[in-house]
Amino acid sequence: MSIEINGKTLETDKEGYLMELSLWQPAVAETMAKADKQELTSEHWEVINFLREFYDEFAMAPAVRILTRAIGKKLGKEKGNARYLYNLFPYGPGKQACRYAGLPKPSGCM
Amino acid sequence: MSILHTVNKSPFEKNNLESCLRYAKLGSAVLLIEDGIYAALKDTRFEKEVATAMKDVSFYCLEPDLKARGFSAAKIIDGIKMVDYAGFVDLTIKYDKVQAWL
Amino acid sequence: MIKKCLYLNRRAPYGTSYALEAIDTVLIGSAFDQDISLLFIDDGVFQLKRDQDTTDVEMKNFSPAYSAFEMYDVEKLYVSKEAMAARGLKKRDLIVDVEVLSDSAISDLMDEHDVIFSF
Repeated sequence: MSIEINGKTLETDKEGYLMELSLWQPAVAETMAKADKQELTSEHWEVINFLREFYDEFAMAPAVRILTRAIGKKLGKEKGNARYLYNLFPYGPGKQACRYAGLPKPSGCM
Repeated sequence: MSILHTVNKSPFEKNNLESCLRYAKLGSAVLLIEDGIYAALKDTRFEKEVATAMKDVSFYCLEPDLKARGFSAAKIIDGIKMVDYAGFVDLTIKYDKVQAWL
Repeated sequence: MIKKCLYLNRRAPYGTSYALEAIDTVLIGSAFDQDISLLFIDDGVFQLKRDQDTTDVEMKNFSPAYSAFEMYDVEKLYVSKEAMAARGLKKRDLIVDVEVLSDSAISDLMDEHDVIFSF
């Protein structure tokens, strides 16, 4: 599988996760979101950028419960809960947001 | 005939290095790759054995594998030469054949 | 019932996939409210070496994951003093804070746990 970004073809796995993290650009998130009919607001971008920073530091995507706790710490308590994150990413904040962020599926995610 | 011996297992876990050193003749070479690079480190219980073998045999260490495991040339026994992948290829040409101790 | 689980690591990273599989299992296991400890003996102590740089070997450097364990409430990391000494490693060479144990203390640690997962 693959997606088209600015005339370039980027490979994805069969669940739609980007194969090569280093090829990510914001247009990847935009294109994936469009395919899901999902609008990306600044709240979505906060989470996507947070995930990318987390991956830079720890070389893995966080499990949802870890993401929720860490988002609460960084972006404020009202955002550090499952309801807020599932509202933004109805397919699951771990899976959907990680996919938009160009990360592999979260470790410890079954 | 001179042989390039490659060792790719940790000496702490497998006896590849020991076997290799038992058969490596004067003028041959040992190239440490993958987990074999742990044999190149200073201050381990294999340092003495390697230093003794170096009187007869040239030692090389594949630098990308060393770096991957968190070490640098500064941590390596004096006299072991660093090679990159191109250097690995050069060694296989310089020696008559390659014996891989797997 | 909460069980005391010990993840026993005794292989070097990269040469085999044991280290990476142990990390994945620990992260999944941490979701089950168990009392988790990690023990590094033999070549397993090499997993925690600082400054791993896998750029040239084109593999994923997974060592930063050990620093994330704390967030997963995995806080008890032990290493063997004897294994470190045989390999010329000091505590400051390691990427995370660990408790250094003698081999006899490690025997006791294994006794104290309900389950041992071996990697």
